[in-house]
Amino acid sequence: MNLITVTNLSMRYESRTIFSDLSFRVLEGDYLCVVGDNGSGKTTLIKGLLGLKQPLAGKIELTIDRNEIGYLPQKTAVQSDFPANVREVVASGVLNRLGLRPFLRAEERTTVQKNLQRLRINELQTQSFRALSGGQQQKVLLARALCAADRLLILDEPVTGLDPQAAAEFYRLVKELNQSGIAILMVSHDIRSAVRYANHILHLGQDSAYFDTTEHYRNSKYYQQSLGV
Amino acid sequence: MIEELFSFSFFQRAMLAGLLIALCAALLGVNLVLKRYSMLGDGLSHVGFGTLAVSAAAGIAPMAVAVPVVILAAFLLLRLQSSGRMKGDAAIALTSSSALAIGLIAASLSHGGNIDLHSYLFGSILAITKSDLWICVGLSIIVLALYTLSYHRIFAITFDDTFARATGLRAEVYNLLLALLTAVTVVVGMRMMGALLISSLLIFPCLTAMQVCKSYRGVVLCSAGVSICAFALGLVASFWWDTPAGATVVLANLSGFLLFYLAGHLRAQK
Repeated sequence: MNLITVTNLSMRYESRTIFSDLSFRVLEGDYLCVVGDNGSGKTTLIKGLLGLKQPLAGKIELTIDRNEIGYLPQKTAVQSDFPANVREVVASGVLNRLGLRPFLRAEERTTVQKNLQRLRINELQTQSFRALSGGQQQKVLLARALCAADRLLILDEPVTGLDPQAAAEFYRLVKELNQSGIAILMVSHDIRSAVRYANHILHLGQDSAYFDTTEHYRNSKYYQQSLGV
Repeated sequence: MIEELFSFSFFQRAMLAGLLIALCAALLGVNLVLKRYSMLGDGLSHVGFGTLAVSAAAGIAPMAVAVPVVILAAFLLLRLQSSGRMKGDAAIALTSSSALAIGLIAASLSHGGNIDLHSYLFGSILAITKSDLWICVGLSIIVLALYTLSYHRIFAITFDDTFARATGLRAEVYNLLLALLTAVTVVVGMRMMGALLISSLLIFPCLTAMQVCKSYRGVVLCSAGVSICAFALGLVASFWWDTPAGATVVLANLSGFLLFYLAGHLRAQK
């Protein structure tokens, strides 16, 4: 089943059109990596999928509710010295289930605990978020995204700034989640890891885009060129 | 001596109104500081001063004009910050000095006749009338109620605006709510603390609490407590030493900050 179908999509960043006529889809249980140079519109595309930015032309069709998408955005400067413990950060992921209620119920607290355990960070829950290592922080934000949704995760450059070991562990964790049935859409700079883990690749180039299975992508000029540089 | 102080009705009013403002300012300040809007309160108080001076010179009731103007200024400054056409700190600096200049010129054109510049700039404990006290009580009930009910959502938009909006939270609404409450707190509080000193009530308590607290809830509760204690001590001390109330409260906050800074430092070394 298609979770997301994008047809002939064009979007702009500030006043510049960054991609046009883009078509791809995300299937249930898929692992799609979006690769491409800086400024090719990867983050803008994600904002479009999440409904944070309006498309210029084309269609984005979701067969799941926006509330069923978990999102791990790029880190912000605010978070580097924000006083919050791990449990508080993860708990902010269940807010979309509250409706008009102001506070969390027992079942939402259980969701928080379940996802802390799922990512094996439950022993960190009273620790300060800002004092954690980069890899641990990303796991906490992944747990928060899982609280918000459990059918599709959208990750925006989640391993940027992590050391190789932490990045490898993060990729393993995401693969595990994917094998348990969650579809993954990951924006990445790291093309080698993308072709290693993903089953579909969307490559945003300067004036054209490529979307196909990872196998076909390996033989395409897009992959050859980006490794050659 | 202290018992004697509390027998004065103007002192009781000032203490009660000040404690309520200190409490509201401490809660709202946590989000301003964490969202890097620390200077917003400063900008708003200058706008408040300019408006008070102009309306007093024109002979209009100052509060009735100041509250809507400062709320408008808060919306505009936040809008500028998010639109990215001008850096937020530059916009605030520009607004602050322009509003201060306009206020000073208005005051000088009216030959200082009915404007007490000194009390607008540095605050006056005698400025708190019975109706001001009721405004403070009403304001703090509203701030406390809205803050408690939106506690989790305010945390979410402060920690990560993009994530909050992606999960369907209407972040703009909560940002505007925070700006509105901050604007009202600044206008009401500047009568006592003065336009130049009111922003310290917003930012000091949070910075103090952040020296020792690890969780967001801890910072919120601790800054509320610190703010209340610093205000009470500062006000009593200002009578004791016969010093300006606003400035003494700021020094009490500074002492609290240094104490907590030291405590945080010692704990980190252990």
